[in-house]
Amino acid sequence: MLTHLSSIHFQQAIQTVENTPKQEQVRIGVLALQGAFLEHCLALYAAGAKPVELRSLQDMENLHGLCLPGGESTVMAKLLVQNAMLQKLKCLITMGMPVFATCAGLILLSRKIIGFENQVCLNCLDVAVSRNAFGRQKESFVENLEITCPIFSEQDREEHCNFPAVFIRAPQIMQIGKNVKILARRKDQILAVQEKNMVATAFHPELTENLLFHTWLYKKAQEYKKLF
Amino acid sequence: MSKEVLKGGLAQMLKGGVIMDVTNEEQAVIAQEAGACAVMALERVPSDIRKEGGVARMADPSLVKRIMDCVSIPVMAKVRIGHNTEARILEELGVDYIDESEVLTPADDRFHINKKNFTVPFVCGARNLGEALRRIAEGACMIRTKGEPGTGNVIEAVRHIRMVNEEIRALCALQDDEVVYFCKEHAIPLHLGLETRREGRLPVVNFAAGGIATPADAAFMMELGCDGVFVGSGIFKSSDPARQAKAIVEAVTHYNDAKKLLEISQGLGTPMLGIEISAIAPHDRMQERGW
Repeated sequence: MLTHLSSIHFQQAIQTVENTPKQEQVRIGVLALQGAFLEHCLALYAAGAKPVELRSLQDMENLHGLCLPGGESTVMAKLLVQNAMLQKLKCLITMGMPVFATCAGLILLSRKIIGFENQVCLNCLDVAVSRNAFGRQKESFVENLEITCPIFSEQDREEHCNFPAVFIRAPQIMQIGKNVKILARRKDQILAVQEKNMVATAFHPELTENLLFHTWLYKKAQEYKKLF
Repeated sequence: MSKEVLKGGLAQMLKGGVIMDVTNEEQAVIAQEAGACAVMALERVPSDIRKEGGVARMADPSLVKRIMDCVSIPVMAKVRIGHNTEARILEELGVDYIDESEVLTPADDRFHINKKNFTVPFVCGARNLGEALRRIAEGACMIRTKGEPGTGNVIEAVRHIRMVNEEIRALCALQDDEVVYFCKEHAIPLHLGLETRREGRLPVVNFAAGGIATPADAAFMMELGCDGVFVGSGIFKSSDPARQAKAIVEAVTHYNDAKKLLEISQGLGTPMLGIEISAIAPHDRMQERGW
């Protein structure tokens, strides 16, 4: 169960998931080393999944999906190494486990961090990112973005074409590999992408009430679970 | 609405992290390397302010700028309570967060800064629920319990978070018709009293501060329900700052895991010496500043 109190809004969703028999739960590991992981946990409950906070290697068993939250990528990278979680995480993602990453999570997931080549990353998603690409906090902004996304059904796309995107000292995707699909852009800036089992956004869906991305993760994790 | 999301959003991203006081570029780099989620740039750490006395003011903006240039994590800086102009200057400089702090000498005996007029987000200190909600009413998007800065003594920080928690529980237990009186007694704006009661917690992120000196102190504050911790003098007044800093970062992540905490707490050298609170005259207690 979650240790914080603000879960009060999600009481019903939490209860529904927690009351589901264990073997039927779709378990999504949420990296909980630092950052806004609680918000992802709550959104995942609301989408129907069982979030599992990941702080050590032992937590990473019996999962069907992964979520890499926002926070400080430098802190998370260090703690991933110190807690010997990096290889296991990389292994799970490479094997095809669905993963959704936001902001600092996108940085962790990427192949290259421009200007910070020594910073540890998972090297899974074939993109090069630039940290704090828009600038400092004073350049943070909210904007409705059109999500043009082939992975969602036509109906979802209609419903969610205007996505309230929250950018906080956000990164930007500067280069993408040939298998990477662009899910959202703003002028020439690439702000959300998908490659196979990975979806990543430079913005923070967990700070809004829109469950589009968390629902995608839940559905993909459900499919992934059936494979075993 | 979107302004609040952005200002509060950065605080959300800092959660589960440690914000460290630094006084120069070298310390800022050590803090970042150790895993600080942000640094607080200031001229003197609280324990030195306490020792040296005099008026403590906003740091020289050129020092803050140099620190901003040498780290990639968010940089915060302090202004005196009520000093609107110091805040305007730091906002212009582009710091990521302003701390309207009792560690500096207050500039106004009645008014805190009207923080709603700024785009830069503010964090403010509080000792109890009323103080926290008054600051939020003025526009603070993050709270830190005050503790007693520069003492390396955690008792006041513990007292303050326990007080906030007790008062929230008391508020939540009231019937509808009793809330107005509670708010009057604690000088709380009614709408924030109602919101807190509905959420069962402070409406913004709440860190601990003021006297945290060891990994165990930091983990204890997390256990008491804080979202993260500020460490001021505790790091650079210890015998091995880099190691102490790294250990505190790990302790905040693993605050619930005694086995990990045992590992983390070993062989860290000497923590800062610290001061017994009763040895500080009441008028020298920084927590009394502001209201």
